[in-house]
Formats: sequence, C-alpha cells, structure tokens
Amino acid sequence: MTAQDEAAGTTVSRPPDIKAVPVRHPGRWVAVAIIAVIVAMMVHTAVFARVKRGNSLQTRFGWGVVGDYLFARPILQGVLTTLELTAIGMAIGIVGGILLAVMRLSVNPVLSGVSWVYLWFFRGTPLLVQLAFWYSGISYLYPQLSLGVPFGPEVTHFSANNLIVPMVAACIGLGFNEAAYMAEIVRAGILSVEEGQMEAASSLGMNRALTMRRVILPQAMRVIIPPTGNEVISMLKNTSLAYIAAVGELYFAQYIIAARTYQIVPMLLVACIWYLAMTSVLMVGQYYIERHYARGAVRQMPPTPWQKFRGLVRRRPPTPAEIAVDAGADLPTWHGVQGGQH
Amino acid sequence: MTGTPMVLAENIHKSFGALHVLRGIDLRVEPGQVMVLVGPSGSGKTTFLRCINHLEKINAGRLSVDGELVGYRERGGRLHEMRDSEVCRKRAEIGMVFQHFNLFPHMTALQNIMEAPTRVKKVRKDEVRAAAQRLLAQVGLSDRADHYPSQLSGGQKQRVAIARALAMNPKLMLFDEPTSALDPELVGEVLDVMKQLARDGMTMVVVTHEMGFAREVGDEVVFMDGGLVVESGNPREVLTNPQHERTKAFLSKVL
Ligand SMILES: Nc1ncnc2c1ncn2[C@@H]1O[C@H](COP(=O)(O)OP(=O)(O)OP(=O)(O)O)[C@@H](O)[C@H]1O
Ligand SMILES: [Mg+2]
Repeated sequence: MTAQDEAAGTTVSRPPDIKAVPVRHPGRWVAVAIIAVIVAMMVHTAVFARVKRGNSLQTRFGWGVVGDYLFARPILQGVLTTLELTAIGMAIGIVGGILLAVMRLSVNPVLSGVSWVYLWFFRGTPLLVQLAFWYSGISYLYPQLSLGVPFGPEVTHFSANNLIVPMVAACIGLGFNEAAYMAEIVRAGILSVEEGQMEAASSLGMNRALTMRRVILPQAMRVIIPPTGNEVISMLKNTSLAYIAAVGELYFAQYIIAARTYQIVPMLLVACIWYLAMTSVLMVGQYYIERHYARGAVRQMPPTPWQKFRGLVRRRPPTPAEIAVDAGADLPTWHGVQGGQH
Repeated sequence: MTGTPMVLAENIHKSFGALHVLRGIDLRVEPGQVMVLVGPSGSGKTTFLRCINHLEKINAGRLSVDGELVGYRERGGRLHEMRDSEVCRKRAEIGMVFQHFNLFPHMTALQNIMEAPTRVKKVRKDEVRAAAQRLLAQVGLSDRADHYPSQLSGGQKQRVAIARALAMNPKLMLFDEPTSALDPELVGEVLDVMKQLARDGMTMVVVTHEMGFAREVGDEVVFMDGGLVVESGNPREVLTNPQHERTKAFLSKVL
C-alpha cells in the first residue's frame, strides 16, 4: 500500500511480483567466447610474446625500449613543445575565429567578404601544405622583410629566415588554420542565440560590442564549447604535422630517436602513449567546462562522475544540496514554481 | 496641452520592402499618461513600438520622444542620421518589455537587472545592487534574486523583465503584449505590477488585449488597423460604445 492510497483512505491489495522465466540469449555467450579468445591472443602477442632481435630476446612490442624512453629528456621536451603549440595555436584560433565570425555576420559587406575569402583559402588547402608554406614559402617569396611606409621608403629590413623561425611558423600555421574552423563554430554559436536577446540588450541601451561580449557570446558558449573541445583535441594531434617545419614536438622528438636507434615501433608507442594521456586529460576537462556553461539552461545540473560514484557508494542518489556544494555552491536549487504567487 | 508631449507621432510611415506597414500614424502621449494600443494581428502595433524605441527607422513623418526627434538630428534645416552611440543613449531612456520576456538566461534575476545600469550607465555596483533589490521588492520577487530565468515561472520572468527595464530610470515604458505568453492564472500578477506603475505616474504605451486593464488604468485607448489609427479616445467610451465598424468587429472578438 502506498502513501497515496493511505492518504486517500482506500485499501488496494498489491498482487505478488511477477516471476517469469527470462528470455535466454545464447548468442551473447558465443560472442563473449569469441571476443575472449581474440583479447587473449592480443594480450599474448602484445605483452608476453618474445622475439629474438640481434642477440637478445625481447617482447614483440619492445616494451622494455618503450619504458626506457617514455620519460627520456628529449621526449618530455617534445611533450612540452606539443602542449605549447596546442595552447598557442588554439589561442590564435579562438581569437581569430571570434573576429572572423563577427566580421562574417557584420552588415559591412567588405568585412564579411574578407572573412569569406579567408575561410575559403584556409579550409580549402591542407594544413601540412600551409605549415610548409609558412616555414619555407615566406622566406623564399620575401627574403628581405622590410618595415616602412607601404610602397614608400623602407625604414628597416631584416632577413625573413630569422623571423620565421620554426616555432613561429608552426604557431602561425596552426593558429591561422584553426581560426577558419573556429570561425564557423563561433558563427553557429552566435546564430543559435535568440534574436530577442539582441533586442532586449539594445532596448537597454547596450551597444553592439557590449551586447556581443556580455549577452550573445556567453550564451553562444553552450553551442561553441563542445565542438571547441574537439578542436583542441584535433589541434593537439595536428601539432605532429609541425615536424615539417622542423619543430621539435613529440612526433619529431621520437622520430629522431627512432632514426638513431632503429627502434621505430617502440618509439611510435611512446608517442601514442603520450598523445593518449594528453587527449584523455583534455576530454575530462571538456566534460567539466561543458557542465559549467550549461548553467542557467538546465534547472538541475546532472551529477558529475564523482558524485555518481559517491552516490553509488552511499546507495542513494546525491541530494540537490550536495550536488550544489560539489559544483561550487553557486547553483540555486530548483524548488519548482512556487504557489502563493497565483 | 502646451507641455512637451512624451511621444508625438505625426503621419508616420514605415515599409518593409514593398510591405507598407504603418500608413500615417498620428498619436500624442502626454507625460504620465497610459496609452493602450489595440488592434488585430499584423496591424503594425509592434512595429510602431519598435519605431519609438529606435529599433526600426521610419520612412516618412515626424516622430519625437520628449521633444527630441527619434533617429535623426535636425541641423540647419536638414535631417542627419544619428550615430549608433547616440541611438544607444536614447534607447537607454526608454524601457521596453517584450511578449517573450527576453531575460538573459545566463544571468540571475538580480544580475539581469544590474547589467545595464552597471555597464551602460557605469553606476557604482553597490548602488546598483541596492536599487535592483528595491526593484525586485517592488515587483514582489525579493526571494527570487538569485534564481536563473529557467527557474522562474512566466509571470515571475515578466516581472523581472519589468524591473530590469525600470532599473535604467526610463521616462517612458513600452509594453508589447506583456501578458500574451502567460498562463491565464499568471496574467494578474503582471498586470498588478503595471497598474501600480501607472498609478506612480509612469508614462506608458501598452499593446495588450487585456481590456480590463485598459478600462482600469488607461487614459486613452487607440484602435489600430491596417497601419492606421481607426479610433481613439477614453477607454470607457471607446470600449463600450465604439463608433467605427472595424472597432466593433474587433472588440466583439476580444471581449
Ligand atoms: N522586420 C520585418 N520585416 C518584414 N516584415 C515585417 C517585419 N516586422 C514586421 N513585419 C510585418 O509587418 C506587419 C505588421 O507587423 P507587427 O508585428 O507590427 O504587427 P502587430 O500589430 O504587432 O501584430 P501582432 O498582434 O500579431 O503582434 C506584419 O505583416 C509583419 O509581417
Ligand atoms: Mg506584435
């Protein structure tokens, strides 16, 4: 008998729970068996199998070599450079992307035209080619870069080779390319914001820049953040293309060691492990940032994995108050539409 | 009759491409007056409100708010278009309330109200906060200051929207069907706030189908149809004894 029934003063006799024979799924057990065999084979070949290389017996994947080099100084240096390139490339990409998106949506046809041509060029050519271009193309086309009045007298000039050092070429190449993709993401975000928001802000006397910064972009974030997270992860992987510009990032670092020691597969494994570690951290970060920007759009935040885990341990779901505390306590709890106002 | 009218519209025309929406509107709203605009859908009520608030540019006629032209500046007998910054300054003096509230969803009720005074007028934050809290109390929502719009009912949202407009100390308030998107039982709480505002002497132009409101606080009701003012006058007279056929037909549908 439920509380409601009691409250209603009625007595309902509850029938016993149904006990039925569940449907059998023999196919599942066959699939489990097949997969178990395949996994066992893979683990065996990856971990236990030994092969003779030279006059020593090694694991097939060369895990010993992987272990030797995983934290080698040049590799760590490469990881650091990869992170630097990712951060700088994304920073240029995001700022450029916002700029291009705002230009694209501008009423000024010159600005929107420039933005369109930019996107056309940078999305229409491969990143590898662009990086190679920034690295060697510029110094070939303009061996002497000069500062001065356009078409007028030169004030100073210097060699492009000094200016376009590998790192600068890679940052520009990755950033400018990213800006084209970010522009589309930001534009979709801006367009996703209701027109009424613009009107409300205008009617309060807010100008276009203020409206964009305080009203439109924060709301566009909800649409912008998830694909931007993916872009960061792509960017991290795309930094490996910067080897073409002779930048000592992770891929280039392991390549140099592999070329010297002929341990090609183990060194590629070293690179994979580091890339996976970095992208995993980024994915977790993306989850929490998305959650932050859902604020105001959902009435009750979904629990974080940690809260779910604690809830599991406690054997009861976390209360809204606990969720609010875990989320930084800036979230009011939802009480429903209160009566009394009506 | 000799004072500066708050809104003076003389033969206003407005077209969207080939669509001639306003076809010669003449109106006069005195300071402290409440004017209620009624009319069938598509008659141009929203467009007219948006013209008053510089959200649309008129094509012909003269429109002034508090003695100053809307959107233009008269210099040497010629009209010059206003710059964006001037338009923003003018808009800040006029409050507007929308049918769909248009609260900023990423800000709490209090932040919604504080945004424009702090960012546009650059008033000190603690002053703005105190004023915002007073306004929330005025619309009966002191306990909802830290709620996001998604956590408020429709009626509460609209009352926050009214408080947000009032926070700029407007000399004129425009309401575009403020209760049309509300459940019937929530309409009253919003109308109560508006009635109090009218009694406090705010100049208001209200587009609404709430004839009870028009009768109770309206100083004048204007019936628009097809981009023209068909009939206007004292609400009690126009609403009970309309002279024009089109007014009669419309009122028989909404009353
Ligand atoms: N930005 C615009 N571009 C083109 N046409 C428009 C625009 N805004 C309004 N219109 C047209 O102008 C006419 C009048 O619209 P308006 O919104 O002013 O009517 P309304 O009286 O407010 O109607 P409702 O009661 O439905 O809100 C309509 O035919 C509408 O389609
Ligand atoms: Mg309308």
